[in-house]
Amino acid sequence: MSTQIKSSIRFGTIAAMSLGLGLLLAGCQQNPPEATQQNGYRGVALEQVQSPKILAKLAEANQAPEVVPPGDRTGPRASQVYQNVKVLGDLSETEFTRIMVAMTGWVAPGGVSGSDEGQGCSYCHNLNNMADESKYQYQTARRMIQMTREINSNWTNHVGATGVSCYTCHRGNPIPSQTWFTGGGHPKNLADGGGWMGANNGQNLAGKHVGRASLPADPFTPLIQYAETIRMTGKTALPTAKGETIAVSERTNALMNHMSESLGVNCTFCHNSRAFAEWKDAPPQRVNAFHGIRMLREINANYLAPLNTTYPATKLGPEGDAAKAYCATCHQGAQKPVNGAPMLGEYPELGAPRP
Amino acid sequence: MAMLSFERKYRVRGGTLIGGDLFDFWVGPFFVGIFGVTAAFFSFLGTVLIFYGASLQGTFNPWTINIAPPDLKYGLGLAPLAEGGLWQIITICAIGAFVSWMLREVEICRKLGMGYHVPFAFGVAIFAYVTLVVIRPVLLGAWGHGFPYGIFSHLDWVSNVGYQYLNFMYNPAHMIAVTFFFTTTLALSLHGALVLSATNPKDGEPVKTPEHENAYFRDFIGYSVGTIGIHRLGLFLALSAGFWSAICIVISGPFWTQGWPRWWSWWLDLPIWS
Repeated sequence: MSTQIKSSIRFGTIAAMSLGLGLLLAGCQQNPPEATQQNGYRGVALEQVQSPKILAKLAEANQAPEVVPPGDRTGPRASQVYQNVKVLGDLSETEFTRIMVAMTGWVAPGGVSGSDEGQGCSYCHNLNNMADESKYQYQTARRMIQMTREINSNWTNHVGATGVSCYTCHRGNPIPSQTWFTGGGHPKNLADGGGWMGANNGQNLAGKHVGRASLPADPFTPLIQYAETIRMTGKTALPTAKGETIAVSERTNALMNHMSESLGVNCTFCHNSRAFAEWKDAPPQRVNAFHGIRMLREINANYLAPLNTTYPATKLGPEGDAAKAYCATCHQGAQKPVNGAPMLGEYPELGAPRP
Repeated sequence: MAMLSFERKYRVRGGTLIGGDLFDFWVGPFFVGIFGVTAAFFSFLGTVLIFYGASLQGTFNPWTINIAPPDLKYGLGLAPLAEGGLWQIITICAIGAFVSWMLREVEICRKLGMGYHVPFAFGVAIFAYVTLVVIRPVLLGAWGHGFPYGIFSHLDWVSNVGYQYLNFMYNPAHMIAVTFFFTTTLALSLHGALVLSATNPKDGEPVKTPEHENAYFRDFIGYSVGTIGIHRLGLFLALSAGFWSAICIVISGPFWTQGWPRWWSWWLDLPIWS
């Protein structure tokens, strides 16, 4: 081979490698350094590596809204002042008004009379008769207030003293931007199989809610709604006992991907991947996540799913189910929703009903 | 030690990079050279320090000896010996020994008047190791991002680092590296099977020539890469596997912090179908 040909081959190889490397780096999100945090013994990589750019964007997107000035807690109860007050009747009149004003800003901003159709007070109320129950939004809001008080008083092992408000999920939207329906957004024929392609177990389609992995796109219906056991592996090192199927593992993996993506953390935030199921090796955050899963199961079963008979058909999912909550509904990419703003501290009206 | 009949032909003076004739001699069958001396020094010191670390840890069970890097809080500074300082010195010893060995290979190549393929290939393996314990930790800002020296502990590190990106199989460079590893074994198995078949004919038949081997592969897949070609191909495949392994870990963290499945959003969001 002549020297000329040899050198052109060499040049071509180097050029092709540089181009490949360049393309790879161009697809990267940022340049080092990153924000890192160690959560375990040195050297076993129990750590979070996060991009400061992404963290700054998240902090920006999760700003808490301005707090409505607190009201006088004394005086006659709202249930005595107004008609048909079933869920916040234990508040004083000023507290009640305060929550109504705050809720308007959290859920349906647009001024008291509403700057456009369906916004402001008129999103839920008939402005000619505020006690009128006919709007489905009115009935829904009542149920959601009960749910908020249930979370703030009975799920402190997940929400702590921070608590939640309507804003935690709604963020100024009448319908929270991050919810799920049964089916995970897959065309029904693909999820159910049929046709010559066969069943695909609802997977292999870059599921939107599971970190765009090819895992089952809807792990929420079996694991949250039907509260099936969340398992990854069998209990013995070798398959001597009846273990879990790959389908069960992948479903669990899909739910875990959702949790990671919703909180902007990786698997080692809650697990030592040496033994995922082992509690004694796991970081303490896993306890919080455990209660979060139980909380979702309860509020979906008791509050959100039954609203399918209240909502108009246009608000339902393809299977006729109501929009339901998962981790992303509150967390929206952040480890602490709304940057950890003390929702319950600022709005004690949303705590347990007062006697 | 007795020399093999043809060995005297290869024992030639010169070709050393530094030190001139000072260490240009053999101990038994082994060429020494200045880099043989440094390789021995670093290997000995590193091994002694590993045993010292094991004694501090309180175990000599080879499975569970763990020389862990420092906590992240030490950043790129020095850590106390018992808290990762040993790992730092052992890392220096390891790199010193590996690089010495590579340069000793260079000297041997020069003595033999052959190309530098062997030290270059070993250099790619060293590059992968240095990427893990120097380049990536420096980019992330702490020696604590290096992997621990221990049979079980380094597996924990690999597992946890993989799960930091949710599913490492979606790492594009990891995909390329894995493909090269598998292709290396495929090429080696095809080549090994071919050579063994050609050199072990039926009783009474002569050993087959390379022309026969070429004819076999032209029948089989329509092409034969040839006797020298297969070794060039094998070298390329194996080195690419090591090179892309280094790339796949250095981009995980310094250049991408989210789940690797999410990296593919650029593909899923192409305006053609999204």
